[in-house]
Amino acid sequence: MSDKESLFSKKNKAILLNPLSKDNPVTVQILGICSALAVTAQLKPAIVMAISVTVVLAFSSVIISLLRNTIPNRIRIIVQLVVIATLVIIVDQLLKAYSYNISKQLSVFVGLIITNCILMGRLEAFALGNKPWQSFLDGIGNGAGYGMILIIIAFFRELFGSGSLFGLRIIPESWYIINGGFYSNNGMMILPPMALIIVGVIIWVQRSKNKDLIEN
Amino acid sequence: MKDLNNLFEKAKPFVEKGGKFHWLYSTYEAFYAFCFVSKNTSKSGTHIHDYIDLKRTMSIVVIALLPALLFGMYNVGYQHFGAAGMLNSTDFFKIFLFGFLKVLPIIVVSYVVGLGIEFLFAQLRGHQVNEGFLVTGLLIPMIMPVNVPLWMVAVATAFSVIFVKEVFGGTGMNVWNPALVARAFLFFAYPAHMSGDSAWISVSGIEKLADGFTGATPLAQAITAETANAPIPVDFWNSFTGLIPGSIGETSTIAILIGALILIFTGIGSWKIMLSTLGGGIVMALIFNIFGGNNTYMTMPFWNQLVIGGFAFGTVFMATDPVSSAQTERGKWIYGFLIGVLAILIRVINPAFPEGMMMAILLMNTFAPLIDYIVVQGNIKRRMKRSKIIA
Repeated sequence: MSDKESLFSKKNKAILLNPLSKDNPVTVQILGICSALAVTAQLKPAIVMAISVTVVLAFSSVIISLLRNTIPNRIRIIVQLVVIATLVIIVDQLLKAYSYNISKQLSVFVGLIITNCILMGRLEAFALGNKPWQSFLDGIGNGAGYGMILIIIAFFRELFGSGSLFGLRIIPESWYIINGGFYSNNGMMILPPMALIIVGVIIWVQRSKNKDLIEN
Repeated sequence: MKDLNNLFEKAKPFVEKGGKFHWLYSTYEAFYAFCFVSKNTSKSGTHIHDYIDLKRTMSIVVIALLPALLFGMYNVGYQHFGAAGMLNSTDFFKIFLFGFLKVLPIIVVSYVVGLGIEFLFAQLRGHQVNEGFLVTGLLIPMIMPVNVPLWMVAVATAFSVIFVKEVFGGTGMNVWNPALVARAFLFFAYPAHMSGDSAWISVSGIEKLADGFTGATPLAQAITAETANAPIPVDFWNSFTGLIPGSIGETSTIAILIGALILIFTGIGSWKIMLSTLGGGIVMALIFNIFGGNNTYMTMPFWNQLVIGGFAFGTVFMATDPVSSAQTERGKWIYGFLIGVLAILIRVINPAFPEGMMMAILLMNTFAPLIDYIVVQGNIKRRMKRSKIIA
């Protein structure tokens, strides 16, 4: 780091904040869709998943970025996988130790962070060619961008699919048909296809606000 | 008529470009075209306009739907008073009126929500309002159970209009049949109101149900009987005339056949699709008959398979949807045949989906472009071969 650049210069801020909007990993880069469908039926697991991915992504970016000049090009994918897998196992063990229930709800999807395309994508595209601090910011930014979408999807799915948020009842019991009301939960919201449709709607809204993102 | 025209002429300056209400132009245009004929003509190239435009096509389909709809209304009342055990003491008009009053709100909700969204999108995008929803808006109530809550109809209609039509670009661009998607959406979102024994017959206000009343549709009875390995209690003539529980417009095969004749004689519905769907259903039912062994549902005679559930309705009004079906002539045969086969297959093999017709048509809607592609490519290849031989 010969050229003195402040930690949060304009460029670094862009690296951190762009993934939240116009460079979002889910809605613009279309990465990490599968886990966005799988773990978003409720808010709590979605948030845990978002934090896990962010942590793994940030630290693996730093590690790969530190190693970037020593990794032989031909085996870089394997090296990346080893780094990611190590971090994922650490996260998995931590979850099992400190919040067993959520770890059980997330089941294989914590392990599957290894195959989450956001990780490989960002390591390949960014960490291999940039300095550790920038890579760290990129990891945090992309993790947060992914998490943001997850939380939005989970909000709608839990609210309309189960009538609750964070497991707390939002739609009053007395509204339900069983209790003489008129309402029932939308079972489709619990099913993965609806998550895909919500992702589609987010993409739709985002692109109609930011016309630059519309492809030809 | 002249007064009406004057009214439109008077309103015109307000909605034209630069006028006070120019953002309402699409709505103005739609009503004008509905009352008279659209003044918009194509501005470039040579176009030949057939006298039978979208509006007339849609009107004829609506006319073809009327027998099934009217019978459906009567049947709603018939089932209601049958459940109460008062059929003999109630006259025809009372029965019909009961059904009419039950069905009318569903139709109104479907049209208001659907047309509202269509107008909104046309307005936002500056498009013309298309007449495509006239048929969809009537099809949706006809494939609903009579007890479906009205807000669910509204949600399903909104879902199908937004995500099946508008997302793909409006009338004529949709991949699936919007009405069927509305039903499929409800089926997965609110299964308790779309299947089971309490959805099909309106029993509100009945103090004591008649003896032996179950409320199950023939499809549900068939599944139950199959599990118990008992004979299937399907009465062919009742199912053919339509005096059975079921979705509002789909029960009467005979009323649907009248609609089919109207569609075929006016050339609006493809007789190839209808015939091949029928053929597919018969073939699959016969295969089950031969290889079914002891399974009672599989050995049920094929003519019974054709009259229960939504098979007839789907064949005539859903599979022939000109937008979502196959477009090539040979493709239509393949498309229809596979719908018939799949409908019977799903219905008999998978008890979770008693109504196989809905799934079969949606699945083949998805594959219709692929079928067309294969047919067109096959044609190209054959012609290439022929031209080589001559050369």
